[in-house]
Amino acid sequence: MTATPDTRVPWDRWDAPAEDWMLSGECPAGTERTLLLELAARILFPTVLVFSLYLLLVGHYGPGGGFSGGLVAGLAFVLRHIAGGGSDGAQIGARIKVRPPVLVGIGLAVAVVTALVPAAFGAPVLASVKVGFHLPLLGDIEIVSSLALDIGVYLLIIGVVLDLLRSLGSGIERDAREATSDQTGAA
Amino acid sequence: MTASMLPALPVLLPLLGAAATVVAGRSAWAQRAIGITVLSAVAAVAVVLLVMADRGGPVVAEIGGWPAPVGIVLIADRLSALLLLISTVVTLAVLVYAIDQRIVDYGRRTASTTFHPIFLVLSAGVSLAYLTGDLFSLFVAFEIMLAASYVLITRRTDATRIRSGMTYVIISLASSLLFLTTVALVYAATGTVNLADLATRVAELPTGLQTVLAMLVVVTFGIKAAIVPLHFWLPDSYPNAPAPVTALFAGLLTKVGIYALLRTRTLIFPEGHPSTLLLVLAAVTMIVGVLGALAQNDLNRLLSFLLVSHIGFMIFGLAVSDAQGVAGTALYVVHHITVQATLFLVSGLITRRTGTVSIDAMGGLAKRAPLLAVLFAIPALTLAGVPPTSGFVAKLALLQAGADNGPGTAVVAGVVVLASLLTLYAVVRVWVRVFWGEPKEPLPDPDPHDDLVVGTARTSMPMYAASAALVVVSLAIAVAAGPLSGITSRAGDDLVDRTPYRTAVLGNGGAP
Repeated sequence: MTATPDTRVPWDRWDAPAEDWMLSGECPAGTERTLLLELAARILFPTVLVFSLYLLLVGHYGPGGGFSGGLVAGLAFVLRHIAGGGSDGAQIGARIKVRPPVLVGIGLAVAVVTALVPAAFGAPVLASVKVGFHLPLLGDIEIVSSLALDIGVYLLIIGVVLDLLRSLGSGIERDAREATSDQTGAA
Repeated sequence: MTASMLPALPVLLPLLGAAATVVAGRSAWAQRAIGITVLSAVAAVAVVLLVMADRGGPVVAEIGGWPAPVGIVLIADRLSALLLLISTVVTLAVLVYAIDQRIVDYGRRTASTTFHPIFLVLSAGVSLAYLTGDLFSLFVAFEIMLAASYVLITRRTDATRIRSGMTYVIISLASSLLFLTTVALVYAATGTVNLADLATRVAELPTGLQTVLAMLVVVTFGIKAAIVPLHFWLPDSYPNAPAPVTALFAGLLTKVGIYALLRTRTLIFPEGHPSTLLLVLAAVTMIVGVLGALAQNDLNRLLSFLLVSHIGFMIFGLAVSDAQGVAGTALYVVHHITVQATLFLVSGLITRRTGTVSIDAMGGLAKRAPLLAVLFAIPALTLAGVPPTSGFVAKLALLQAGADNGPGTAVVAGVVVLASLLTLYAVVRVWVRVFWGEPKEPLPDPDPHDDLVVGTARTSMPMYAASAALVVVSLAIAVAAGPLSGITSRAGDDLVDRTPYRTAVLGNGGAP
């Protein structure tokens, strides 16, 4: 916030971040928060996501691919969930509200359609095409059409991990809440 | 659109349908429409494949354009196209039944993000198992099928049923592990997993190694098909699932095991003479199964033991291992998929009327539900093989094969007759005790919150219609016995000859 501060904001809030620095927001299991983990998660989350995209893209020739990329991206969400993301951790970016099963469905649909598309051109099912082109700065780039299949798998795996977080993670939170209320009830 | 993509459609369409039903997770009607449309389309594709395979030989799809034996091929020959067709028809009927049972129990608007997708994924797995020409893909197909079945057998139930579901899950995982080990050993020994290629490569191996691999295959698929003594898990797990799920499992999953045995035994490990081991297993399976059924008081357990018993019939045809025997098994599988699924669906209708699976607590149902009495009687008599039903046709084919192959097979053919008579006794006893006698009051549902609704007598017309449709299919099998046994005997010739399959997959280089 380097622009001229809005006068209606009290001076001691000028440097407050535009969004919550902690993505976690409200932590359902409030008793067991660790600041260190939350900070680390804040920094690591985008980094891990970028790495998962890297794995997705290099997968055709190198180690990686849609499955491992999706798992790594899923781990990013697991990290945020453990750091106190609560059930919100299972909603991508906490802003784009996609239900995990829908993500699974879209991923599976993309993969199956990729398998079927070559048949429309008279090629065998699951055949792939290599497209090469030149980009400034990046140089020659080759894209294989089976990347679409990898993207489908990537989405599917993220959806599965998020669904696991939603179904199993919310159970852990419920147990934690019950344990807390039991303690307060006993006291 | 080329003919070469056709064998891929029965696998890809249900998967696409599964994806669509997940995305349409909030609209119950969309999910139902997608499921029924997809399965109808697969059935249509299966008809086309069957006609093409019967007229012009196996239809082959090379996945990704990679030729065999390096690439994966999907191949529809007479046997796989026929089984694909009958399986899809049964799956479709079970889906209609399941949809209407869900409407009756939970209301018209109840959508599910698990049931419909998982059902279609299971169907894709079954299709892949029939169509794949590759041992590792067969493993993948089994895994798709089993993973889906784990969900279907354990969802929305209580602790006791989870426990019996766990038996199923653990046994299936163990057999999967064994299967994977077998695939690894086969690959280590021969350097290929393509079934057509294995046909020549395995024959070059030392005899001892061949026997070991052949036995591993028998044990692996024997667990899946529930051959005695590997059957113990089946009567403990299948009866505890909701009726449509049990019908689907009993109708299809064990038969996929039989199909895998049939394919591998004829293509990779042909013996050229009746197999003593399989003959003994067949006889023991038939007798132990039917005796187990006679001892049961639980209707579903009784039907499960009869299922085990009739697995023995199919193993018998396979054990005879000439074209006639194999053709008999193929015909028997077609008949049995239909009739066993029907019996479990009707058993579901019965328990909804009576509130119990205990035969002792039932009685006089014929007065209150005459239609149900007919719907149970026809498939029951078909199962026992009373002429002129499809069971009679199928058993006759097996008996002919048994009579023509020496004294050993003739003795087991006698066991076939004995087991059929005992089956008849078992089902007639059930019919008399359930449908005749003094009418008894239905018992209330012991646990109204789980997925297993009994004793409410609430059913809907489509549930009866789906069961009746399967009864009609099994009657149609008997009516069309001539052309059908024509197809199965040509399929039997192909399987024993092996050349059409290998030429279709490998080209002329595969000819011996």
